[in-house]
Amino acid sequence: MKAAAASRMRLLGMIRKESLQILRDPSSIAIAFVMPVVLLLLFGYGVSLDARHIPLAMVVEQPDATSASLTGAFQRSEYLDPQLYNSIQAAQQAFDLREVFGIVWLRNDFSERLLSQDDAPIGVIVNGVDANQARITEGYIQGVWQAWLTSFARSQGVELSLPVALEPRIWFNAAVRSRDFLVPGLIAVIMTLIGAMLTSMVVAREWERGTMEALMVTPIRISELVVGKLVPYFILGMGGMLLSVAMALWLFDVPLRGSFWVLTVVSALFMLVALGMGLLISVVAKNQFVAGQISIIITFLPAFILSGFIFQISSMPAAIQVITHIIPARYYVAILQTLFLAGDIWPIVLANSAALAVMMVIFLGLAWRKLQKRLDA
Amino acid sequence: MNILRHIVALAIKELLAILRDKKSRLVLIGPPIAQLLVFGYAASFDLNHIPIAVYNEDRSAASRELVAQLTGSPHFELVGHLDHDAQIAPLIDNKGVLMVLHLGPQFSETLMRGKTAPVQLIIDGRNSNTALLALGYLRTILTDFNMNWSRQHGRPGPPAALRIRPWYNENLLSRWFIIPGIVALLTLVVTTIVTGLSVAREREAGTFDQLLVTPLRPVEILIGKSIPGILIGLIEGSFILLVVVFWFEVPLRGSLGALYLGMFLFLLSAVGIGLMISSLAVTQQQGILGAFLFLVPAVILSGFATPIANMPEFVQQLTLINPMRYFMVILRGVFLEGDSYELLFNQYWPMAIIAIVTLTLAGWLFRNRMN
Repeated sequence: MKAAAASRMRLLGMIRKESLQILRDPSSIAIAFVMPVVLLLLFGYGVSLDARHIPLAMVVEQPDATSASLTGAFQRSEYLDPQLYNSIQAAQQAFDLREVFGIVWLRNDFSERLLSQDDAPIGVIVNGVDANQARITEGYIQGVWQAWLTSFARSQGVELSLPVALEPRIWFNAAVRSRDFLVPGLIAVIMTLIGAMLTSMVVAREWERGTMEALMVTPIRISELVVGKLVPYFILGMGGMLLSVAMALWLFDVPLRGSFWVLTVVSALFMLVALGMGLLISVVAKNQFVAGQISIIITFLPAFILSGFIFQISSMPAAIQVITHIIPARYYVAILQTLFLAGDIWPIVLANSAALAVMMVIFLGLAWRKLQKRLDA
Repeated sequence: MNILRHIVALAIKELLAILRDKKSRLVLIGPPIAQLLVFGYAASFDLNHIPIAVYNEDRSAASRELVAQLTGSPHFELVGHLDHDAQIAPLIDNKGVLMVLHLGPQFSETLMRGKTAPVQLIIDGRNSNTALLALGYLRTILTDFNMNWSRQHGRPGPPAALRIRPWYNENLLSRWFIIPGIVALLTLVVTTIVTGLSVAREREAGTFDQLLVTPLRPVEILIGKSIPGILIGLIEGSFILLVVVFWFEVPLRGSLGALYLGMFLFLLSAVGIGLMISSLAVTQQQGILGAFLFLVPAVILSGFATPIANMPEFVQQLTLINPMRYFMVILRGVFLEGDSYELLFNQYWPMAIIAIVTLTLAGWLFRNRMN
């Protein structure tokens, strides 16, 4: 009984000391609250895969009623922004100077061949450098063309009869807004950064200044030290997290279809993983210089590229897919995208949470053991 | 002559300070190489083996032919056949498949009567980009099927057809777009780390004051502190270029000189920003934080993964002060479009201006601390 009370007292003292330290040095508060807001604003507006008003060169060699109706169809598309050119040479020049992203080319026999059902070709050139943008542009051009074919056939009094017509239904994000999946993913990337930065720099600084050794000669136990360090940063980190979720919901209008409580619990779990990672970095690195470098290198870029936040994991080579399993953000991104867009889908939430729990135990356990070793040395 | 000797001496001292410590040497060499290989394979929008399930209520020769065309494509992987409606939702929800193709019981009958047979496709839209791309692949397969079917069964085809040809990247490999960008990404990270802490570390250790009382002038300190960052950046950048060309086999079509001029200006501006952060920072922690606060937006707003043209107007304006934005255009232009100096002029001068401004400011901050 007495031992437990003493332990609680030491723990509370430790938490109090850490909290005071945070309050005196505003840099951790800045990391926890200012960084998520700035980063989410910048990225929420800056990262988008939705192309609008893609500039296209429309070359019409023989203007007439038919070509005008096709040009009109392109002009009405909200995704494409066609500009008229009267020769392919002029269009190509604009294409080379990157003024237009693609060219749609109607030759002078277009209408004639169209009316005689002679498989009139519409030449399309797209700039393939950005393959993703090129594929999306192709999709938009195909959409315009298909809609125009149907209406053209109707105007000629015939029914266009394609053998098979696709009726796609896109679940969870009918408007295909890329922001709806990017913003939840960004929360995961930003929280990885912040969680790891909060602990790694701060603890490394204590090592450098020798205050860690001072702490260790007190009767405090390693486990109390770890918990005492984590609690205040955990509260800070969760504050930043709530702020990010609020911005996602009310600023970026991302729907939250799952329950808020599941989101909170999972986020708390992830925050512990990120803080544990930072703690481990700081224990291993010993000084701020190396701790800072390591946390930049192992948090930001891996969370950005390997978490499935933007690049599809299932399309990566098998060896790389294995590597993605050691990136904590991977599990959190999967949970967030599902919770926000699809709802509480338990198999996904539970499987990924289990992985996060395992990572938390590993990181905190390793940090605890390393701390003990350093104490002995 | 004196100036040169001063600068060389300082540059050597700086390089030694960075490379002497085993841990920081490791941090500079190991991670960039590992990241280059991992990211080179991982960072791609191309989709392979998209898991798809088929719910075929028709089971005729015609429907089997359509499904066969689907499974023949390298983009799709048939995971299973469903036999009732209720199986669709859980399969999509749990990410068992990305899409389900549903052929109704009247599929072949409608097709044979010369009418249009509808085919439903249910797609998991949680990642909207993947959904759009997968839909695009499926459309292409269906268009081919339609063409073949019309030809074989004497149905009139559409009166006009699109002939789409992508230029510069004929097979639309998104790897060709992303991998050259990694050159900019990793050299920026390395140079910012090297320079971002160089002054703050010395200031914390007190050696910066010692440096200031030597006969070295601020300009000489500035140049001496810039050289290691640029040198390390150039060496790592060259190594990464070799890997991009010979390992990932991205075609290098333009002038290597134009690429290196771009890289030099890019590194110069990165060093300027790094030194500015470093001389503003009082502690190393602030230095790291500053480097971080520059790196993360610089990468995200560079057009590396998502196009700048998709950003709102004010964010597009903001990217104009980001040196990585310009180097990105140079890399892709030289690699894929075969650009040379003249076409890239508009990318060179903004980086030169950024470099001049940031280096001047960094130098001014040195001198300011002196007085």
